[in-house]
Amino acid sequence: MQQLINTALGGLTLGMVYAAFALALVLIWRSTRVVNFAQAPMAMVTTFVALVILDAGYSYWLGFAAALLSGLLLGAFLERVVVRPVEGGPEINAVILTLGLFIVLHGVAAVVFGNSYRSFPAPFGIRGFEVGDRTIALTGFGVFTVVAVLVVMLLLVALFRFTDVGLRMRAAAFNQEVARLLGVRVGRMLTLGWALASLVGSLAGLLIAGGSLVHPSYMDSVVVYGFVAAVLGGLDSPVGAVVGGLLLGLSLSFVSGYVGSGLVALAALAILMAVLTLRPGGLFAQAPARRV
Amino acid sequence: MRAVARLWSSSTLLRHLLVAAVALVVVLLVLGGVSDFRRFQLAEMAYLGIAAGGLTVLTGLNGQISLGHGALMAIGAYTAALLLPDRDASVPLLVVVLASVLATLVVGVLVGVAAARLHGPYLAGATLALAVAVPGIALTFKERLGGEQGLRVVLPDPSEPVLDAAYFLTGQELTNSGYVALLAWLTLIVTYVLLANLSRSRVGRRWRAVRDDEVAAELAGIDLGRARVSAFVVSAAAAGAAGAMLAFTVRLAAPSSFTLTLSLTLLAAVVLGGLGSLGGALVGAGLLTFLPQVITGLGRDAGLSDIRAAELAPLIYGVVMVLVVLVAPLGLAGALRGVLHRRRARRTPPDLVRDASPATDPAPDPELDPVPGPPRSGASSSTTKGTPA
Repeated sequence: MQQLINTALGGLTLGMVYAAFALALVLIWRSTRVVNFAQAPMAMVTTFVALVILDAGYSYWLGFAAALLSGLLLGAFLERVVVRPVEGGPEINAVILTLGLFIVLHGVAAVVFGNSYRSFPAPFGIRGFEVGDRTIALTGFGVFTVVAVLVVMLLLVALFRFTDVGLRMRAAAFNQEVARLLGVRVGRMLTLGWALASLVGSLAGLLIAGGSLVHPSYMDSVVVYGFVAAVLGGLDSPVGAVVGGLLLGLSLSFVSGYVGSGLVALAALAILMAVLTLRPGGLFAQAPARRV
Repeated sequence: MRAVARLWSSSTLLRHLLVAAVALVVVLLVLGGVSDFRRFQLAEMAYLGIAAGGLTVLTGLNGQISLGHGALMAIGAYTAALLLPDRDASVPLLVVVLASVLATLVVGVLVGVAAARLHGPYLAGATLALAVAVPGIALTFKERLGGEQGLRVVLPDPSEPVLDAAYFLTGQELTNSGYVALLAWLTLIVTYVLLANLSRSRVGRRWRAVRDDEVAAELAGIDLGRARVSAFVVSAAAAGAAGAMLAFTVRLAAPSSFTLTLSLTLLAAVVLGGLGSLGGALVGAGLLTFLPQVITGLGRDAGLSDIRAAELAPLIYGVVMVLVVLVAPLGLAGALRGVLHRRRARRTPPDLVRDASPATDPAPDPELDPVPGPPRSGASSSTTKGTPA
């Protein structure tokens, strides 16, 4: 019983991080029709930025803020300079491009920061709370993870629902041509979308790194889980991404707890293949229109 | 002479076989003339080339991306390792290779059927999951698959007739690395002939049709799913053969050989060489094999530590990959073909040249047509196209 609860709690915490990561992928996919496979190394680079600031003796929160800010800037920069030329082109070129970015960022981090494992601090305790005489798997950092992701999601919802910029971004994502005719600076909106997505991705990276080890490839598996979560939700729906992330976090946590931690990625692959076979558009998609 | 020329243009199979025969002679000459270390490197180039060849057919002809070819190679390598546990293994090598291909085929069908009904990013994501998942299997089933250390592969000694034939052809005793390199290059030639024939056949035309326009292909009666799955499965089979050759060459099947980086660099090789071109894939494989030493050396001279300098090579692949997509989406081979076409266009009458001059994207080679760019005004060769503006 206790293991069941602990597995579920761990799964929920992890699920929140996957949800954030999937949300970042969905934000980019909606606006530019690019699956950003470079999301994970982008987050990894920003985590290293935080680590540099922490090593210089500054507080965790300054590093945290610097990482998020650098995520914002990196996302905007990459969209404007590298991704813009392939937007609207053949989708395979965009995929190759983001994979190229994946390798580049990976290599840059390995050359600049070194290829060794380094520990990354957590701002809150990483020991489980004690309920009665038992320790449960919910940690202070786990609570912080859940709260941070929820806050960011609510902020994003507020941005898209209630602000003028959010409306313009939605218009640009919905139909670039029409939005442009209505006076929306579509290019700027796309850049902003990438910047925001990259910020959410950095947050996920920081949350995964907290109280754990950082390495140029520490996020590689997360890009897979984020993608699976996003596809579960249909790749187009932010709500779907969050639900998909939570579902995936729970399932993977159970696989890890009861079957074997080496098989987590395999389980993610199995879930992905099952979803693609049964509901190719994801759990939240409408039936696609028949073209032929 | 004219008979040869006629044969050359009339029979695809004969042409490919002729090229293969010439390639075989070149391989024998080169392998006979280089050191054992170089032979080992050439074997590495061959197995990377086999995998890249499979990938380039998938990506270039069918427009799909696989990040799982490293993992598929792992399946081939582990199958080979399980069949060759000790020196007096009785399984003939041909059977080992075929078993590796078969095992990879099965996995290819499983992944392909799920993902190939979709397109673009979905298959990339599913195969990315495969690339991350497969090393975990080896780590979980430690007793059977050897965990982190992996499985040792014992390659049986070449039989007498093989040794005799090798001595007869090259005039020197066949060394171990020479034997492995020979095996790998023979497999490469066979694989490339098969892939080249396939891509010129009805199957290959279907793949290209699906890549260029799904709706039109479906209207023409092509089953999109079947075309995509078959492309993926053929490509996976090549990766399986490559995995078996890797196992023979490095004498080990271990999870550390099949990281995500391997899959990504394979893709880099294919993009570098020009999507859809087998020759380009081979060039890319050569770059993957020989470039890292050079670059790492340069990095060390620039004052980087060994570990960091070793990361420079992937960094450069990545940068080149991004640049290729941005500047020359057709890859090195594609850009070269473009130059050739333009030069040929210069020799034709001026009015035709003017017509062909807006060929910012070079006219596609009908045989190994690269990834579709933005819609071209006419897909025929620029020299024959004379539609007045």
